[in-house]
Amino acid sequence: MSGDVIVQQLVNGITLGGLYALIALGYTLVYGIMLMINFAHSEMFMAGGYVGLFVLKALTNEAWVGAGAVGFFTGSTIGLIVLFVIVFLAAAILVGILGVVIERFAYRPLRHAPRLAPLISAIGVSIFLQNAVLLWVDSKALPFPAVMPVVTVVKVGGVTVNSLQILILVTTLLLLAFLDTFVSKTRIGKAMRATSQDREAAGLMGIDINQVIGLAFFIGPALGGIAGVFHGMYYGSVKFDMGFLPGMKSFTAAVIGGIGNLRGAMLGGFVLGILESLAAGFLSAGYKDVVAFAILILVLIFRPGGLLGESVVEKV
Amino acid sequence: MGGSKMDIRTKVSSRKATTKQKIIYALIAVFIVLVPVIFQGIGQLFLVRIMGVVGLYVMLALGLNIVVGFAGLLDLGYIAFYAMGAYVGVIVGDVMLKTFGASFGPWVYFASLPIAALAAAATGIALGTPVLRLRGDYLAIVTLGFGEIVRILITNDVFGLTNGPAGLPRSGQSIPEPFGLLWLREHAVFSIGDNFNFQFSNNLYWYFIAVLLCLLTIFVVRRLDDSRLGRSWTAMREDEVAAASVGINITTAKLWAFSLGAVWGGVAGLTFANFQQFVSPESFTFMESVFVVCIVVLGGMGSIPGAIIGAIAIQGIPELIRGLAQSGILPLDPGQASLVSNYRYLVFGLVMVIMMAVRPQGIWPSARRAMELHPDDEKIQNEESQSLWEAEHKTDTADHDL
Repeated sequence: MSGDVIVQQLVNGITLGGLYALIALGYTLVYGIMLMINFAHSEMFMAGGYVGLFVLKALTNEAWVGAGAVGFFTGSTIGLIVLFVIVFLAAAILVGILGVVIERFAYRPLRHAPRLAPLISAIGVSIFLQNAVLLWVDSKALPFPAVMPVVTVVKVGGVTVNSLQILILVTTLLLLAFLDTFVSKTRIGKAMRATSQDREAAGLMGIDINQVIGLAFFIGPALGGIAGVFHGMYYGSVKFDMGFLPGMKSFTAAVIGGIGNLRGAMLGGFVLGILESLAAGFLSAGYKDVVAFAILILVLIFRPGGLLGESVVEKV
Repeated sequence: MGGSKMDIRTKVSSRKATTKQKIIYALIAVFIVLVPVIFQGIGQLFLVRIMGVVGLYVMLALGLNIVVGFAGLLDLGYIAFYAMGAYVGVIVGDVMLKTFGASFGPWVYFASLPIAALAAAATGIALGTPVLRLRGDYLAIVTLGFGEIVRILITNDVFGLTNGPAGLPRSGQSIPEPFGLLWLREHAVFSIGDNFNFQFSNNLYWYFIAVLLCLLTIFVVRRLDDSRLGRSWTAMREDEVAAASVGINITTAKLWAFSLGAVWGGVAGLTFANFQQFVSPESFTFMESVFVVCIVVLGGMGSIPGAIIGAIAIQGIPELIRGLAQSGILPLDPGQASLVSNYRYLVFGLVMVIMMAVRPQGIWPSARRAMELHPDDEKIQNEESQSLWEAEHKTDTADHDL
């Protein structure tokens, strides 16, 4: 493999890593506070892809919003930016609400149940959502319209970086920085950290636990939803089962970074994205997914605390 | 002390069947033997087929029950053992056929069955050893990853053994017919009237094999549950640290759970491959693993009748409705019929969520597991306080006597 190809795979890997990082934050936020693996989080990502697609289609449909609006959205740079802001906000908010609703109905009744109960419930939610989309939307992949012109921005030798990759990376980094500040600097962020340290004690200190959990179940899915829209744009389609593999890989990313640790999830996302892209280049693409799962198993076995996490001690 | 020992004895002896239970068992036995023969006779072959497949799922559910229900280790990659059994069995069977010649054909299934079981058990230990220290939810994810790795390796034709997505046997080859099938097909033929023409079939053969294997599984699983190992699984499931501190070797207990659970997956897998006459990676997706977990959870973790009921409810009923619609017995058009099978996953998802919230112990729970999952159950609480009171009362009287 030549140097150019390696660098190109690195660029692709960083883009992919950004998406993994966004999804991984959802896993890590929920795990930090609830100590549960939100298995349905991969479906939040999938839902984001669909919401993004439908909002985008609605806003570029002349019969719905009028020819003038469509002309504005697709004709000018400002219009495009406005269009994408609306699409991403819609995906984030709607998927966030979906996350809160799921928490309310599927997880809240199980807060004091044995640990496997919420996991099984989450698997149930995941199966339900996948099949709801399969049955009520479409079982085939839906094409994601290429509204934004994808242009090559950087070209050095054989390596290219396109505008979409830059958009993904910049948005991801902005969101990560925003979330990091939010959790470490604001009052509600402090409440979240307190709750993740000791839920009972935080409750006794007057923190509204339900509010904190609800917020975690809004922010995580919202970020996952945004990642879903990006994924749709990047790969050009959405499908009902698109969430499973990125979801598993992002969970791997969260574990690599140390689950429960926000910066760890970000780091893990990029590490996994890069490793996977390099593996796809060096090995055959068919074994690409094996690499991610093998990394997951190895990390869980040899360093279950992850890179930035504390060592996990079983409480008796 | 004497009193509590007596209690344990009565519990154990209550496993001996009463007359009423014997009648029920006899009726079930007649049902199991006669119903498929009738289906075969009236020409509804798909019903025999469905019953056979349900039998395989009962076996899978009972095997997974050892891991999830008895030992409390959530395994989301159980189908990997099913795949191991199917592929190892078929590949080894092919080698046997080449080595011993075509005359060995009838014995291939029976000779490769223990090898498939051993291969699955070895896989179970290979998976179990590195993940011993992991907590429950991490373990679930690792097993999921393991299941996916096995499936991806099979799909990619690992070592040129599995023939990739096309599956086994390769074109031009076939899985040989088992012992006795040919004879039965020629001799087990009879008619009653014009509409009942019975001839022994491939489906019927594998159905009865599945039933026999299920009975064997039930026997072994019941023995295991009552054994020293079974009790150490219970202790481990309820509190790992406490179990270790009373001298239970957690490592051994977990590895036994993984390997003994895997054995039934492997046996069911090879039987499935013979039943289908074909095996491909499509049959071993993550959804299949979830399917079996769902059977165990729905039926009741740790419960043997629960696993059977779960398999009938989850595997049998949707297939039955679809089959009846396809054969025109139920007045549904093909679109509606396929809707039934399409909607089943949606319904399973909902059922898993609702069960966890409303009845986490399952339809037919094992008494012990129900207690764990619903400790606030009034009846159990009353029983507990009653026995506590009795214990105190007895010591009181003992004191007085002294």
